[in-house]
Amino acid sequence: MSNKIIELKGLTKNFDDQQVLKGIDLNIYENEFLTLLGPSGCGKTTILRIIAGFEEPSNGELLFNGIDISKVPPYKREINTVFQKYALFPFLNVHDNVAFGLNLKKVDKSVIDQKVSRMLKLVGLEGFEKRDVTLLSGGQQQRVAIARALINEPKVLLLDEPLGALDAKLRKEMQFELKKIQKEVGITFIFVTHDQEEALSMSDTVVVMNNGIIQQIGSPVDIYNEPENRFVADFIGDSNIIEGNMIRDCLVCFDGIEFECVDKGFKENEEVEVVLRPEDIDIVEPDKSKLKGTVASIVFKGVHYEIIVRTARRDYKIHTTDYHEVGKDVGLSFTDEDIHVMYKMEN
Amino acid sequence: MKKGKIGSIIYVALCLAFFYIPIIVTMVFSFNSSKSLTKFTGFSLKWYEALVTDRDIVSAVGVSLSIAVIATVVSTILGTITAIGLSRSRRVVKEWLLNVNNIPIMNPEIVTAISLMILFSSMKIERGYVTMLLAHICFCTPYVITSVYPKVRSLDPNLANAAMDLGATPFQALTKVIVPMIKPGIYAGVLLSFTMSFDDFVISYFVTGNGVANISIIVYNMTKRTNPTINALSTIVIIVIVITLLVVNLAPAIVKKRQERKKKAAGLEDGSLIETEK
Repeated sequence: MSNKIIELKGLTKNFDDQQVLKGIDLNIYENEFLTLLGPSGCGKTTILRIIAGFEEPSNGELLFNGIDISKVPPYKREINTVFQKYALFPFLNVHDNVAFGLNLKKVDKSVIDQKVSRMLKLVGLEGFEKRDVTLLSGGQQQRVAIARALINEPKVLLLDEPLGALDAKLRKEMQFELKKIQKEVGITFIFVTHDQEEALSMSDTVVVMNNGIIQQIGSPVDIYNEPENRFVADFIGDSNIIEGNMIRDCLVCFDGIEFECVDKGFKENEEVEVVLRPEDIDIVEPDKSKLKGTVASIVFKGVHYEIIVRTARRDYKIHTTDYHEVGKDVGLSFTDEDIHVMYKMEN
Repeated sequence: MKKGKIGSIIYVALCLAFFYIPIIVTMVFSFNSSKSLTKFTGFSLKWYEALVTDRDIVSAVGVSLSIAVIATVVSTILGTITAIGLSRSRRVVKEWLLNVNNIPIMNPEIVTAISLMILFSSMKIERGYVTMLLAHICFCTPYVITSVYPKVRSLDPNLANAAMDLGATPFQALTKVIVPMIKPGIYAGVLLSFTMSFDDFVISYFVTGNGVANISIIVYNMTKRTNPTINALSTIVIIVIVITLLVVNLAPAIVKKRQERKKKAAGLEDGSLIETEK
């Protein structure tokens, strides 16, 4: 990761009397694939619209290569956008849609034709120049939208939930494709989604947001394995979140039982929350574990079974490939590393 | 069952006869050689001759056409801009303006006419061509807003943003993206304004002055005595309207057919690509 290309400093945004962004500080680097992840209404799209120039921040700074651009109109920014429903121009064919930006710049026609066909090749739509965009499939329209944005050689490409309208299989394909395109053109992609799997599989950096506040910034692995608080743990993947307290470094107590762990730096007896991922818990014989319960339900999920084990204090969700009968007495086992201790979220 | 069918045929025939016989009579008697409006005495074109040599009529046609054209152009631009602006305004403003916009459409013409007349005289504007033109722009604009606004509202709000994102100034976004997309609404507005303006009598009659008269006013003045020149004028107007209607109704179908043929050809050309895409 080399230079910062975009910096958000204390950015806020109010719509009427509602504050949708409550002080956003974020650095975005060159060649980075950054994802803004969060539930709908968390402000992720507003950040994108501010970077694109469709909204002005109420407060704070938006720096592009070190220069404040929050007052620069969208048509003067070296940033292009792929819109949620593509926003292709239905009265133009594929070629003219892609060439729209270059035509505005009065680029020579032969140069345009050459660039358009190179772009269409990049997105896998070779020979589609004369097609009517309204007759293309969702995935093809998506590709046209990407080509239309990239042909202007932006420094940053913004993507607003671009895969939302595609079916599951096509979405997987496009995830892969987008990542490939990003590596090929070598520019920064800022991607907005509410789909955690999409975010984890594509990004270099994931920014988890809720209620106009950034909850955590980190690599997909960090975000998944070291969630900073209950919201992140809950939003990213399945998890068992258990209230407990930290007895001392590397010793945590929850459900009335003490467990060794690897987390440090908490105050003595501080109230904390503990995350146990369902796939990290093993079902063992009752006498081999401190935590005992009975199987309350089992559901087949394809790759694994989802088993709910009822213990004295709570239900645990477990993902395993082994079948266990409902009503069976079992023990739950996990290693020290599987226990992840978080600061308790203030409500 | 069969009886009902015959009944409905007779009903439709009577309706059509009732609508069209007066028009046909007018057209036939425009070719009459005598002044009578009841007896056809022989074929002649003399009323058409009288028509083109009558300076009042020729100037009235000029007034009607020029006012209709200018009023249509001005009210289309005004109405379109207003509709686009409305779609981006706050809801309260939008609802209020759309309701206010309906008042001139619902208002009896005679009330609009008298109001405009009083307005012009209270402002000491001399009545004539300019006042008639202003009045026409005034009553045409609401029709343009009504026909353009639904088109603007159905647009993806991101289209203008997309254009600006790709480097278009707001004005370029308007002319290169928004206007092409709402063209059908604009055309409907143009047609409505033109016809409303061209055949308007009541408002024109009240706001004109200085001897400026459009076709409706001159026809009204001529009906006070028998004058088959009106028939000739009416016939020409009817023919122009029929041709316009034919063009307006057939043109989209023809264009569509041609496009479909083109699409089909394009589809066949790269049919192989559709397969590889899957």
